[in-house]
Amino acid sequence: MMKPIAKILTGTALSLSLAAAASSQVLTFVSFGGSYGAAQEQHMVSTFVEQTGKQVLVEDYSGGVAEMKAQVESGNIQWDVVDIEVIDLERACSEGLLEEIPRDILPPGVDGTPAIKDFVPAALASECGVGVIVWTVIYAYNNDTIGANKPTTVADLFDTKNFPGKRALRKRPQVNLEWALIADGVSPDKVYEVLATDDGQKRAFAKLDTIKDDIVWFDSWSQAPQLLNDGGAAFVQSANGRIFAAINEEKRPFTIVWDSHLYDLDVMSIVRGSKNKELGLEFIAHATGSVPLAGMADVAYGPTRKSSMQFVDKAVTPHLPTSHMEKGVKADGVFWADYGETLGEKFNEWLLK
Amino acid sequence: MSAQSSLSPQDRRAALRALRQRKLVAFLFVAPLLVFLFLSFVAPIASMLFRSVYEPTVAELIPETLDAMSDWDGEELPDERIMNQFALELKKLANDRTSGRLAGEVNRSLPGTSSVIQSTARRLRAVDDAELSQSGAELLMKANKRWGDVEIWRTIESTGQPYSFTNYLTALDLEQARDGSIQARDGPKIYVDLYTKTLRIALTITLLTLLLGYPLSYFLASLRDSTANLLLVFVLLPFWTSLLVRTTSWIAMLQSGGVVNSILIGLGVINEPLELLYTEFATVIAMTHILLPFMILPLYSVMKGIDPSFMRAAMSMGAKPWAAFLRIYLPMSLPGLSAGALLVFIISVGYYITPALVGGTDGQMISNLIAFHMQQSNNWGLAAALGSILLAVILLLYWTYDRFVGTKSLSFG
Repeated sequence: MMKPIAKILTGTALSLSLAAAASSQVLTFVSFGGSYGAAQEQHMVSTFVEQTGKQVLVEDYSGGVAEMKAQVESGNIQWDVVDIEVIDLERACSEGLLEEIPRDILPPGVDGTPAIKDFVPAALASECGVGVIVWTVIYAYNNDTIGANKPTTVADLFDTKNFPGKRALRKRPQVNLEWALIADGVSPDKVYEVLATDDGQKRAFAKLDTIKDDIVWFDSWSQAPQLLNDGGAAFVQSANGRIFAAINEEKRPFTIVWDSHLYDLDVMSIVRGSKNKELGLEFIAHATGSVPLAGMADVAYGPTRKSSMQFVDKAVTPHLPTSHMEKGVKADGVFWADYGETLGEKFNEWLLK
Repeated sequence: MSAQSSLSPQDRRAALRALRQRKLVAFLFVAPLLVFLFLSFVAPIASMLFRSVYEPTVAELIPETLDAMSDWDGEELPDERIMNQFALELKKLANDRTSGRLAGEVNRSLPGTSSVIQSTARRLRAVDDAELSQSGAELLMKANKRWGDVEIWRTIESTGQPYSFTNYLTALDLEQARDGSIQARDGPKIYVDLYTKTLRIALTITLLTLLLGYPLSYFLASLRDSTANLLLVFVLLPFWTSLLVRTTSWIAMLQSGGVVNSILIGLGVINEPLELLYTEFATVIAMTHILLPFMILPLYSVMKGIDPSFMRAAMSMGAKPWAAFLRIYLPMSLPGLSAGALLVFIISVGYYITPALVGGTDGQMISNLIAFHMQQSNNWGLAAALGSILLAVILLLYWTYDRFVGTKSLSFG
């Protein structure tokens, strides 16, 4: 005969262990939300749930490595699969926050091309992740308010005499310093080499100084189309998908300037020590198949497999970063792993000057 | 004791037992709160303080190398023995996939070394140990010429110290030179300016809430209860609205095409929209609005208790209204005033959501930088040091306040 209190305790223990067993069947997938998150749920998550009968819990975050680091350091792993910007990937991978993703789990493309050949090389460059989208940072303007003189280059963004008005930029050194150097005449393939030197950094900040009074700073990508819409800025730096969504779904009169756009990939990775590693690998293999990847074109992010292009709506193709590669510059994750922190501090100092 | 001598020993024991029991019951009533306070307040603050001086990562990753380095003077390149030892340990880290943690820590003190350590670690992965212990130094040099630079070795040695005050020096814009002397930092100098700016903004907000809150509280305290309660609802309304909603409504008010600018342009007062949003002015005005209730509530509750006949008495004895106010009413309302000022000041020193949303770059405060180091640059040690200094500054101010005004007089309503 058990005492009531002991009964309650064993009951609780039993239900807890059942809950734990059940929770290990639920995969937690973390991504950036918004229209991009919605496209992922539609094309990757729901199809995976249908095929496997497993549950997937989707959470949002705003990027960066801090949360993963906290989970791995405390040993309390809440996340399984995470969508990471490559600019953060190098750091997360090298600090041992992510599992290795074996290449042999990736299925061949629908046309039978082996995965290794089907993916663009950059998508498989890191052992810690598999590329899911090619996205890029561009700047855009509003056709209704631009006037007769229309900008076409990054140098125009730094030319307040011929193109007056506010410039909205995301408040971080990434992209802004690269663009400053390009506008100052550094050739795009030398940008990171120059930016690694003290003189190059001074030069970039000096160029930014020339437009400092005309800059409006914002923190999250969602603010970019808003600023352009309500006249808060005449030119807005943005992730291309956000402006595309504003043009395509809300019929806003915006134009994207593709010159020297800074493209990057997002990858899917698994947090190191995840209890659902096997299920996570299964999910990544499914999500990075030709058809689910093609669904990312809903928000004008390019698929990382060549075989996905046949499923992409032809009307969207001109808006994909992958259609403007010759004008683009690849963001350098290794450079930012090296200099992100120090340039972050210098950038803050420059802002507060 | 003499009073108790009339008691028999048993009685005394019983009395003591009863007393102990009463104390225990009283303690048990408080225990949940104590446990909660300890877990949610004392422990995190203690661990934060500790984290700002204790960083064992490098010491744990390459103990053998640091051991071998103990008799190295740091003038010339370390000898082969040390380098071979380092190559061995780096290979081990590469295979455990923890070389990045070493790279991250060293890179923090010497930017640009993360990729040196990482690429070298990848090269050494497949080399066998015997070869490394023989010619590790050579292989390092072959992998990257930066290993021939003494600076990188010095940095490895200095980051290998588990306890250091480096974060505190950085947080005060200082650094330690090689000879051990403290000098101004050769790099960004932003933190001291930010602390003073934060205190200045907090003081401005405190004064503004005081100027706005004092007359209003006086007016409320002089009304009939029913009317005063109705008006108090309007004071409390912001309390029941989300902080984010209140902050973003200021964005709608202040932006260049916003309410304020439209009205001014419509009236013909200005031709060009004013720069109101993303300035220090926006931070101050939005925070003043948000923190106003914290000033009004303690003031109102103290003023409610001040008998109006005191003022009438002073006037009937010939005091001018202004003098009567200064000598009678103001001192009596001081407990509410100082409580409100203290609340507003301390809350605003740690504010960061509102400055982040409406402050642009001018309106940034120290907490925005602490958040930056927590969330983006992952420099938790520095964030902890910045937070500890902020805590120390506030405690110091509170202590000063206690010395000169006294906290006994505080009345929080």
